[in-house]
Formats: sequence, structure tokens, C-alpha cells
Amino acid sequence: MPYNELMVRPMREEVTRLGVQELRTVAEVDAALGPGEGTTLVFVNSVCGCAAGAARPALSLALRHLVKPQHLYTVFAGQDTDAAARARSYFAEYQPSSPSVALLSDGEVVHFVHRHMIEGRGPETIAQDLVAAFDKFCGTEAVRGER
Amino acid sequence: MSGHIFHPGHEELHGVTVVVVGASGRTWVGRYQETSERGVLLHDVAIHDPATAALPRETWIERLRKFGIRVDEPRVILPRKEAGPITRLTDWSEPLSGA
Repeated sequence: MPYNELMVRPMREEVTRLGVQELRTVAEVDAALGPGEGTTLVFVNSVCGCAAGAARPALSLALRHLVKPQHLYTVFAGQDTDAAARARSYFAEYQPSSPSVALLSDGEVVHFVHRHMIEGRGPETIAQDLVAAFDKFCGTEAVRGER
Repeated sequence: MSGHIFHPGHEELHGVTVVVVGASGRTWVGRYQETSERGVLLHDVAIHDPATAALPRETWIERLRKFGIRVDEPRVILPRKEAGPITRLTDWSEPLSGA
């Protein structure tokens, strides 16, 4: 059952203010992920305090890095359930968990951060993992520029 | 980020995905909730039974690490006499002697 939207809104905004586009419908997901071109990050947002409370700041830290994916999207698990399920269909080989982060290159998953890789770790550590993936997979294609 | 901040009063492993090796030889991977008199409570649990599993435990755990937890049971209570050491999934390594 979804949480009260008033409670969730700050969690959405913590991600969208980073320049990450939120996808709230199946159509929006398909329009964003369907083309499968370039490097794409999908942040599966979550209410879960323990893990998501670290994942969102980690994303913020990681996106300060010079190298980052060309496309940045987020869906909210447990809130926008149809959109989240649709987004997960683009990385269906991976079991659903939230929060989680998928990094795709030309539609193929090249890196995945599961919830179990987030739990109990600090934002800095999680961000290092993401930055390493950005450097490895987005280095020559990513949007470069200082925030 | 420590669970203490968000769930005050809980154990350190609360909310963390762990591996529990049982005295029976079965292995459970799930999100740790608590240990009480009833046993170890896990949520969203994948279960490896060497008698029926298609993969050896080491390979099975490696797949869980890469592809995530495929949930067999939403909630499991392991009796204390069955539950062995509890290890974070991210810290898990197969015992050299096997299990």
C-alpha cells in the first residue's frame, strides 16, 4: 500500500533536484528507456529508511563526479507501482529490490547496485561504487561538465 | 549509514541482508529482523537446501550477489538450535572446510 504522498514528496524531491527525471507512468518509462541508447542510470527510489536514507545521498555524491551517465531517471517503488514494474522489466534478469540502481549502456545492464549492497553502508562508500561504474562504463560517452 | 539512526534500539544487523548457515546444512539468505527466544527472524528469504538445490551453495550465493535475492519465503523464523553464524551477505565467504 502506498504511503501518504505528503510523506513521500521530500524523498522524490531529494532525487529530482539532482536533475534526475522521475518516471511515474508506464508510458513515461517506455518513452525514456525504450530507445535504449547511450548510458542510462535508473534509481529505484524507496521509502525504506535504513537503505534509502543512504542511497539518496549516495546518488547525490556520485552525480557530482565529472563522468556520469547521459540519461538519469528514477522510479519510486511501492508508490508508482506500475511505472516501477515497467522500469524493472528493462532489467528483468535482476531481482527486484529497493532502493537499487541500474546502469545501462545501449539498453544492456552493465552495473547493478542491489539493496543488499546498500544496507549498512554509508553514502560515501555507495557513491564510490557508483563513481567507479561511471568511470568504467560512461567514460567516453558521458555528459562531461561540472555541476 | 547505520541502522541506529533510522531504527533506534534495533540490533546492528537489523535491516541488513545476511547469510545464516543452519545446523541441518541448509542456508538462508534474507533481511535480518531480530533474534528472540523463538529464534532468528528473517524477511524476504532465499533458501538453499543441498538435498534439492541445482547449484552448490557457493555458486548459489554468488548468483544472489549478482542478480539479487530470489525470495522463496517472505518470512522465516529459524530456531536458535538450527541457526548458525550470521554473516552479512556482502562479507560472506565460503568456509574453507565446506559446510
